Amino acid sequence: MKLFKLRGGVHPEGRKASSADVTIRSLPLPPQLYVPLQQHVGAPAKPVVRVGEQVLAGQLIGAGQGNISAPVHAPTSGRVVAIGDHPSPHPSGLSAATVTIAPDGEARWFESDVPADPFALAPDDIAARVGAAGIVGLGGATFPSAVKLKLSRKSGVDTLIINGGECEPYLTCDDRIMRERAVEIVTGIRLIQLAVGAQRALVGIEDNKPEALAAMRAAAAGTDVQIRAVPAMYPMGWDKQMIQVLLGREVPAEGRSADIGVLVHNVATAWAVQQTLCLGRPLVSRIVTVSGGAVAAPCNLEVPIGTPVQALFDACGGFNTTPARLVLGGPMMGHQLTHTSVPVVKGSSGVLALTQAEIGLTRPAPCIRCATCVRACPVGLLPLEMAARIRSDDLDAAVTLGLKDCIGCGSCSYVCPSSIPLVHYFNYAKSELMAQARSKLKQEATKKLADERGARMERIAREREEAAAARKAAKAAKDAAAKAASTTEVAA
Amino acid sequence: MIIPILSLAALGISLGLLLGLAARFFKVEGNPLVEELEALLPGSQCGQCGYPGCTGAAQALADGSAPVTLCPPGGRAVVVALAAKLGVDADLSGVKDAVPSIADVREELCIGCTRCYKVCPTDAILGAAKHIHAVFKEACTACGSCVEVCPTEAILLRPVPPPLQSWGWVKPGAVAAANEGVLAA
Amino acid sequence: MTPIAHSPHAHAANSVSRIMATVMLALVPATLFGFWLYGWPAVYLWAVSLLAAIVGEAAMLKFQQRAVKPALLDGSGVLTAWLLALSLPPWAPWWIAVVGSLFAVIVGKQVFGGLGQNVFNPAMAARVMLLISFPLEMTTWIPPMAQLPGMLDSLAVTFGGQQLDAISSASLLGHVKTEFSRGLDLQQALSGHYAPLQALWGQRSGSLGETSALLILLGGVFLIARSIISWHAPVAMLAGVALPALLMSLIAPDHYAGPLVHLLSGGVMLGAFFIATDPVTSPNTAAGQLVFGLGCGLLTYVIRTWGAYPEGVAFAVMLMNAATPIIDRYVKPRIYGRTRKGETLVVEPAKKDVA
Repeated sequence: MKLFKLRGGVHPEGRKASSADVTIRSLPLPPQLYVPLQQHVGAPAKPVVRVGEQVLAGQLIGAGQGNISAPVHAPTSGRVVAIGDHPSPHPSGLSAATVTIAPDGEARWFESDVPADPFALAPDDIAARVGAAGIVGLGGATFPSAVKLKLSRKSGVDTLIINGGECEPYLTCDDRIMRERAVEIVTGIRLIQLAVGAQRALVGIEDNKPEALAAMRAAAAGTDVQIRAVPAMYPMGWDKQMIQVLLGREVPAEGRSADIGVLVHNVATAWAVQQTLCLGRPLVSRIVTVSGGAVAAPCNLEVPIGTPVQALFDACGGFNTTPARLVLGGPMMGHQLTHTSVPVVKGSSGVLALTQAEIGLTRPAPCIRCATCVRACPVGLLPLEMAARIRSDDLDAAVTLGLKDCIGCGSCSYVCPSSIPLVHYFNYAKSELMAQARSKLKQEATKKLADERGARMERIAREREEAAAARKAAKAAKDAAAKAASTTEVAA
Repeated sequence: MIIPILSLAALGISLGLLLGLAARFFKVEGNPLVEELEALLPGSQCGQCGYPGCTGAAQALADGSAPVTLCPPGGRAVVVALAAKLGVDADLSGVKDAVPSIADVREELCIGCTRCYKVCPTDAILGAAKHIHAVFKEACTACGSCVEVCPTEAILLRPVPPPLQSWGWVKPGAVAAANEGVLAA
Repeated sequence: MTPIAHSPHAHAANSVSRIMATVMLALVPATLFGFWLYGWPAVYLWAVSLLAAIVGEAAMLKFQQRAVKPALLDGSGVLTAWLLALSLPPWAPWWIAVVGSLFAVIVGKQVFGGLGQNVFNPAMAARVMLLISFPLEMTTWIPPMAQLPGMLDSLAVTFGGQQLDAISSASLLGHVKTEFSRGLDLQQALSGHYAPLQALWGQRSGSLGETSALLILLGGVFLIARSIISWHAPVAMLAGVALPALLMSLIAPDHYAGPLVHLLSGGVMLGAFFIATDPVTSPNTAAGQLVFGLGCGLLTYVIRTWGAYPEGVAFAVMLMNAATPIIDRYVKPRIYGRTRKGETLVVEPAKKDVA
């Protein structure tokens, strides 16, 4: 099967070996689990439990709100000890609404109905169950999976692509899950295929994971799920890159992959779908890679959602040297952790403790216009030009150059010989533009309120005037009548 | 020698005449700039700029007697918009987006006098005589008008923590450039 | 509060100084050959150029109150001076090198705002300035393998202002131009002056480091292999020279030299691999670099053939430097999901029903 040509991309050092060959371990339950109510793209979930309430593993604790949202479930049985703010795994390190659960250690599961034959379910039923299980894109995008399933079915998707790219250095959670749970993943893939009515299902796996490829091929034998080796390069895990390399189709700007008949899901998402539909388990845990030069024994852990990051490092033997930087996610797109009390969430693929040598150069130098970033950009942008515009605060010019098409993959920053924080400029500009839009909305709302008030004041004043005039007129009429009467009287 | 002088003089006179005529026939009535500027201002008539409401401020901006940085509640967004409209360079260094705050009525001090309710430019205060007043946080612009009129100092502007969604990256190198002069190159 | 570090939390082993050092490494063979061919005066000239550039740049940075060390350590100033030295007549007096180097780093680069800000290639700007200001010193060549003075005598050549008349010779292009003006045709002009093999290897009169096409090509291929430069600009520039040369020599072989003569003489090879590939002053995209290189080549040929100067590489490159912003404006990569014009792609319905 022919692969299609890609452009851009970089080849960062993989650094996957230290964790790729270690079997996934289960993490013992920490003393407290901090389950954020928003672990997905869209509206945050609304808590449906109260402080002090006993919950069972898999029990709903936060209900999804609105069209794009996802519920959250208790990762284990225990007692709800707090509902309130806790540091969140957000780049800002700010706090967010979180349900804190003290596990009782019994791990009693919530009774749920398990379909006798998940393949007999109606497509809509599959989507509904996936939605109720709180499954979101586990590759890191955390978009609610059920929304994608429904949308794809509606727009008539012909191809399901399962993303086993895992192009980020260090991360091996998808690699391990494919090696160890290939049969479950293939079942999950076939269920997703059924839910969206796609004619074919392709699994793209980077060729630097031969064991995962072999395991998946063995599991897929006899099914119509096709396994494809794709070249290892970053950002292969970008869904559009995967579509391009496998199908040669291009998603229109501002569009979705469903527009060109493709649905992309991550391998771990396929596994989560299988767990829900075959075992009735909602998404309450995930595989997390713990790695980096400062970690004593890198490995992959199966972690209950809400476990503080510190517990993961502790389970891997702690640090063998003081880490220069802690990162949640991969090194290319992950973000720095300011403290280790933040919990693992559905989208956390890895926690890394990096040494300064691994991070590399950070001191920026002037741009020499070498255009290495132009060659590295998978989108076809001109990072150097956009950054120059943003540096001189000309955000509109940056938008004209395609700022909004930037996917923030960081390839440009990675290769820049001058160590210019290009993708930082772009994310700064994007947040600045959003802030401006927000402040404009607020201004318009204020203006509207002020105008309404002005109009009301005017109306009140006018009415008062009119009332006064009416009173005056009435009085005048009365006086006139009285006068007329008296005159008549006199005349009479 | 004489011919070029004459021809240039004739050219000057005729072009000048043309300009004069154009100025007369294409004269724009009133000053549309004031209205345009007013449209850019928040319109809450809070008076923090020291001018009588947003119309006064727009007038002052148009005749150049006020800097584009005059509007405290507008923040950077308004400064940028005004500077673009007036074609001047905005010095954003002094302008800070005010810490997002809202008016907060302290219930133990509120006597229900309704004065705040009457001055609020955005109808953000709900209240009736002899009843404790409340603030709609969505409508409050933290203009401070109510704080000034409250006879019992029951109203304070309380900073609200920025929500996670409005957090954004700071501009890279803002600190480093000042210290090292590297990025300034 | 320490600012939160933005991703990526990894970086390729790549830096400006590393790029500059690799380019210098690629220049070493051609430079050593020049030293061997033209003796100690060439060594002194090269050393003086580099020294003047370092001192001049440091002083300029100090004057602008900017950090001296990082700017000097990136090696860009040294590389500029090195390239300038390679384009000078090997026995030129020391002050030519000093004036040229200072002009290159100060007027050619720092005045524009330092590394990355200059519009024109600093080495070529300096070369053009020298050529216009000091035409005699800039066109006094020595024949290859001349009686080379010793290490001390050479000091007199470079620093003593010793007259070179006795040993001066013309470069091939200059010679052809002179002979044309005397009414001779090309065959007569070339006879005894042009041997393709020697030109390829580099035994000819010419600038310090421009003579050996083979060694420059070697350096260029090394840079392409190391992904420091791409092949687009050099190949386009060589084609830009060779194609019109071929065409014109076919039309009038008596009057126009063939492509080989043009490629192997003057500064075309150095220009193609080391000057037209200067990242700062050349376009960003591969397509833009093709346009740029082709323009450099064509202009070089035009200036050589019909212009007043025998050599046109420096002028051609500077003209195309000036055109770089406009090339960059019009030659842009296509953004994913959009047409070249920036509009959203339209999905062809046919593409959807692939079974």
